Amino acid sequence: MTRTISSHAGTTRQDVITEKALIMSGYGINSELETKDALSRAGMDADIVHINDLIDRKYQMTDYRLLVFPGGFSYGDDTGAGNAYANRVRNNLWNDLTEFLEDDNLVLGICNGFQILANLGLVPAFDKHYKRDIALMPNRKGVLECRYVTIKPAHESLWTKGIERIVCPVSHGEGNFSCSKEILQRLKNQKMIAFTYCRDDMRPADGEYPYNPNGSTADIAGITSADGKVLAMMPHPERAMEFVNQYDWTLQKEKLRRKQLLVPAESLNMKLFHNIVEYFR
Amino acid sequence: MAYVHRIEVQYKNDPRLEVRTDRIRSLGFSIEKLHVVDVYTISTNTRDFSAEELREIGNQLANPVVQTFTVDKATITYFDTAIEVGFLPGVTDNVGTTARQTIEDYIHRKFEPGEAVYSSHLYFVCGKLSADALQNLAVTLGNPLINRVHIKSRESYGTKGMDIIVPIVELHELPAAELVDLDLDDQDLIRIGKEGIIDCETGQRRGPLALDLDQLHTIRDYFAKKGRKPTDVEIESLAQTWSEHCKHTIFASPMDDDMPKGLYKTCIQAATNKIRVEKGENDICLSVFSDNSGGIIFDDQYLVTHKVETHNSPSALDPFGGALTGIVGVNRDTIGFGLGAKPCINIYGFCVGDPKTNPILYRGKDKSNPILSPRRILDGVVAGVGVGGNCSGIPTPQGFVWFDDRYVGKPLVFAGTVGIMPRSDGTRNLYEKRAIPGDLIVMIGGRVGKDGIHGATFSSEALDPGSPVTAVQIGDPITQKKLSDVLVKEARDCGLYNSITDNGAGGISCSVAEMAKECNGCHVLLDKVPVKYPGMAPWEIWISESQERMTLAVPPEKLDEFMELLRRREVEATVIGTFTDSGRCVVEFHGSVVMDIELSFLHDGLPVKHLLTQPPALITPGPEPRCPDHLDETIKAILSRMNICSKEFISIQYDHTVQGGHVIGPVQGLGRVQGMATLTKVISASKKGVGLSQGIFPSYSEIDPYQMAIACIDTAIRGLIALGIPLETIAILDNFCWCSSDDPGRLAQLKSAAVGCYDGSTGFKTPFISGKDSMFNDFSGFDEHNNPVKVSVPPTLLVSSIGIHPDVTKAVSLDAKLEGDLVYLIGETHVELGGSEYYTHLGYCGGIVPGLDIVAMKSRYQRLSGAILHDLVASAFPVTHGGLVIALAKVAIAGKIGMDVTISGDMRPDYLLFSETLGRFIVTIAPDKKRSFELAMGSDATLIGRVTGKNLQITGKAFRISIPVSELETVYKKPFGGY
Repeated sequence: MTRTISSHAGTTRQDVITEKALIMSGYGINSELETKDALSRAGMDADIVHINDLIDRKYQMTDYRLLVFPGGFSYGDDTGAGNAYANRVRNNLWNDLTEFLEDDNLVLGICNGFQILANLGLVPAFDKHYKRDIALMPNRKGVLECRYVTIKPAHESLWTKGIERIVCPVSHGEGNFSCSKEILQRLKNQKMIAFTYCRDDMRPADGEYPYNPNGSTADIAGITSADGKVLAMMPHPERAMEFVNQYDWTLQKEKLRRKQLLVPAESLNMKLFHNIVEYFR
Repeated sequence: MAYVHRIEVQYKNDPRLEVRTDRIRSLGFSIEKLHVVDVYTISTNTRDFSAEELREIGNQLANPVVQTFTVDKATITYFDTAIEVGFLPGVTDNVGTTARQTIEDYIHRKFEPGEAVYSSHLYFVCGKLSADALQNLAVTLGNPLINRVHIKSRESYGTKGMDIIVPIVELHELPAAELVDLDLDDQDLIRIGKEGIIDCETGQRRGPLALDLDQLHTIRDYFAKKGRKPTDVEIESLAQTWSEHCKHTIFASPMDDDMPKGLYKTCIQAATNKIRVEKGENDICLSVFSDNSGGIIFDDQYLVTHKVETHNSPSALDPFGGALTGIVGVNRDTIGFGLGAKPCINIYGFCVGDPKTNPILYRGKDKSNPILSPRRILDGVVAGVGVGGNCSGIPTPQGFVWFDDRYVGKPLVFAGTVGIMPRSDGTRNLYEKRAIPGDLIVMIGGRVGKDGIHGATFSSEALDPGSPVTAVQIGDPITQKKLSDVLVKEARDCGLYNSITDNGAGGISCSVAEMAKECNGCHVLLDKVPVKYPGMAPWEIWISESQERMTLAVPPEKLDEFMELLRRREVEATVIGTFTDSGRCVVEFHGSVVMDIELSFLHDGLPVKHLLTQPPALITPGPEPRCPDHLDETIKAILSRMNICSKEFISIQYDHTVQGGHVIGPVQGLGRVQGMATLTKVISASKKGVGLSQGIFPSYSEIDPYQMAIACIDTAIRGLIALGIPLETIAILDNFCWCSSDDPGRLAQLKSAAVGCYDGSTGFKTPFISGKDSMFNDFSGFDEHNNPVKVSVPPTLLVSSIGIHPDVTKAVSLDAKLEGDLVYLIGETHVELGGSEYYTHLGYCGGIVPGLDIVAMKSRYQRLSGAILHDLVASAFPVTHGGLVIALAKVAIAGKIGMDVTISGDMRPDYLLFSETLGRFIVTIAPDKKRSFELAMGSDATLIGRVTGKNLQITGKAFRISIPVSELETVYKKPFGGY
């Protein structure tokens, strides 16, 4: 089903659910607006809340059903990407967070959000044990890498249902997924690998640059927590919500046009956000 | 009592080891491995940490999954030499600050003044290097202007490791204002202007004021009339306000007999005024020249701003820090536009020397203070703009690099930012602002140190190891991000302030005095300004250029709400005075008045200079070179020239997708070619987008500066036209980076270029909305034999363009799309190769640079953007540097598909292929659009061939070329493949 391209957020919005999302901000997080936009397009309202307002109790985590740590450069990646922000959460909001995780709630971390969740131990969180088991090391090339990548789900989950692939940007200096062999085996056994980097034709990247842009172990681009309620991923689907946000959209447009087909408004990446909303619906 | 602890963090398996080692080896150091350890030196006075606390701090600063750490113990590993690189006292240490905040959070207590965490890198070098090579490596790993470096052999490292160093700033100055005697003879006055006021304490000169004799006489007479001696605060303040940087005296001064109002008013402002009148209701300008950025209409609700700055001198000394402060500085020109626009796109431009060369030049005699190599400068400025944009969450899609050996002494670093803001908040226009008498002067953001005071000259004389570094500032993007977020995402929309401006050059002395114009007065309490370290003199606090600061006018009734909001966002805010209507700028320090000057004198008191020009002799071109035998080889050589080949390594280390508006990015097509323009959505719910492009032709300047300016404007506009952006929505910006601007010949070239700007701008009816100039980009130093050497940049004009795309879904990219598509050349080719990449490649200059029939172009551009918006075009790309064949090659490489084209005419084949005639495009279209496209374009469009096969095949009257596109791609991508 395609929509005409002239329709935009607001006009294509589906019925909005009552459950709300809490999007963390502050200290250099920078993707909060487009993340809110993605959820809004999918039918979920969100509040962007500065971490200090949670610490000051101006907002309550328990008023929300989805907690999002969006992309960004919290604390400029100093002392390791996501580390300082995770420390701020751990040192000030730990009880709220564990309480939030006890309920039937979801947590999403994208890019810097993944780095924060990894440092907090919210992923992988085997047996609800929140400790650091995985790390996102500096990219093998040693610099930030901003490019479009193709990722595919490794397993079907509430997050990945119906997704064949996501083509969206990565943009990080530290996304090189690393863990011990034992942890990797447990991730595989428990079907916790959410997305892996692959080639344009969907074959595995097998660590080859640029398909695997950072050197990640087993091409891992995203994982879930052991209970499946937390998704953490490096690529940014919220930056390619529209058809025109895709890298090769001008070529795709020509191909569709020659076949007299309509050009869609949304990209297929929006499926991830629709899945989140479906979970609560 | 100081408690000092040292935590060293190391990767178990460092993922960057190989890349880092290879990079250092590629610079000529025969090392085996280069390991790095992150070091945190924690220094406290009021309390010590327990062993258990230190272990937990180590845990929070390291990642135990992949790292190990030691507390107060040397890292033990295999190496030959250890090199520790930390910051000199007073240099911004972002990592140290973050570590401090983490520790504060953990112990639930703030550090006291004088307590801090200092970060450093400890490098372990494996491999035997000579003492000389080690010194060179140390200088490569650190920059002597900002870094302290300590080297230990394995033996002296032993088990104890490196020495613990706390780079604390220690000042022993008497913080008070001093009176300055200007009743001196002219010789002494000139010395004060050139070398600065003599410091009573040290007896040393404080650094150049850059005031000339005329100006000093004016100042002397002013104070004589007042019957008192000026203070050092007043002199330093006048020097800042009257500086070339702030008053743009060369652009403002009367020139010759025909420009009594000066270049800016006659050529730049007049062009915009004329266009605005002519366009009437269709005027796109909302705020031009008067604010920190220029603002144009985006749609009924929003406006967009644009501003491009240069940061050349600081980048020559510290490329990373200079470029970083350049980009975060221009971000503040966005935040400081009107009541605060949100930065939404960054752009960049670098003019540097050939990174393959390593010229040996020194700033001082006897081989002292060497210049940095072009490679070092390129790497540094690329990283600086990257870190600035990436950490701030601002996409950086658009930019360029231009190489010319005349930039070795003084690189040019252009940094620009586009902002977006609602035009109105319902009660007031957000692009207007006015401080009101009674408003409080509030400084927010970072603290004030000695950063940037008097620039490089002063710093190179400061030898006391406890002195803070003043030459260069290092930006702190996260402090600024916090400041930016709280302003443009919260405080602005709560209506908490009446005016705002950036603290840039001249610090608060300029920002407060500038805002004071809005209400006609200010009263500043200088001792209230928060400082980084005690002991600063009042004049230093007043003119310091410490980064990440802005000044606001907050009405008293909004103050509590404002201060509370900023406290919650952890952005330091301090009331430092009151805006008044006294007509004066009054500054107090600990109860005594240290400055009291009429605003009218401060802003308009500087004596008028009359500039005279003398056109330089015309360049006489030598005999024309003959046409090469193997054109295909020449094509490949031109395609791999540094100014033409791919610099994708920059594009991909700059986040160009954040904020989710990527439409046409820095690299395009399956073959990934860098385009001339980019298109970004800045309002998610709107189908409109912001197009950005740039034009720069330094190689034309010496031949014909007038046509050079026209070429810049045309190219900047043409990049946007090729995306489908209508000419009527386009505005432009000028950045003049000239050299030796006291030379009548250079001034004549400047005048010609400025007239070119007027003609180009009014011809296309694209108004200038903002601009900046930097007039003395000259390096004066010595070679290794102490011979004086002067290297001046070629007169350089950057024209940046901004245009509004009405519907981004109609935009086209540059890549050839599908087999069978038709290829058109829009526009004719003339023999205009002066300054071209082809002639430069041959070592030949040429006498005729491209000209332009602007009237004809206007209609052509309107028709082409119209055709694109009517879905008639599959790809479009402007023909620029390198000429027709280079444009064809790029379109083919990007599409990863061949083209077969035939070009008619009797022109010499090499001229036909490489002439840089302006106004041209390569366009491909679907075959079924042929009729409508040709109808739309008329005689401007010539069908030259088809998209087909795997080769770029060009047939002319007397030549035939066929090169596999894959080979072209290799050649295009090879030069910077290893970067």
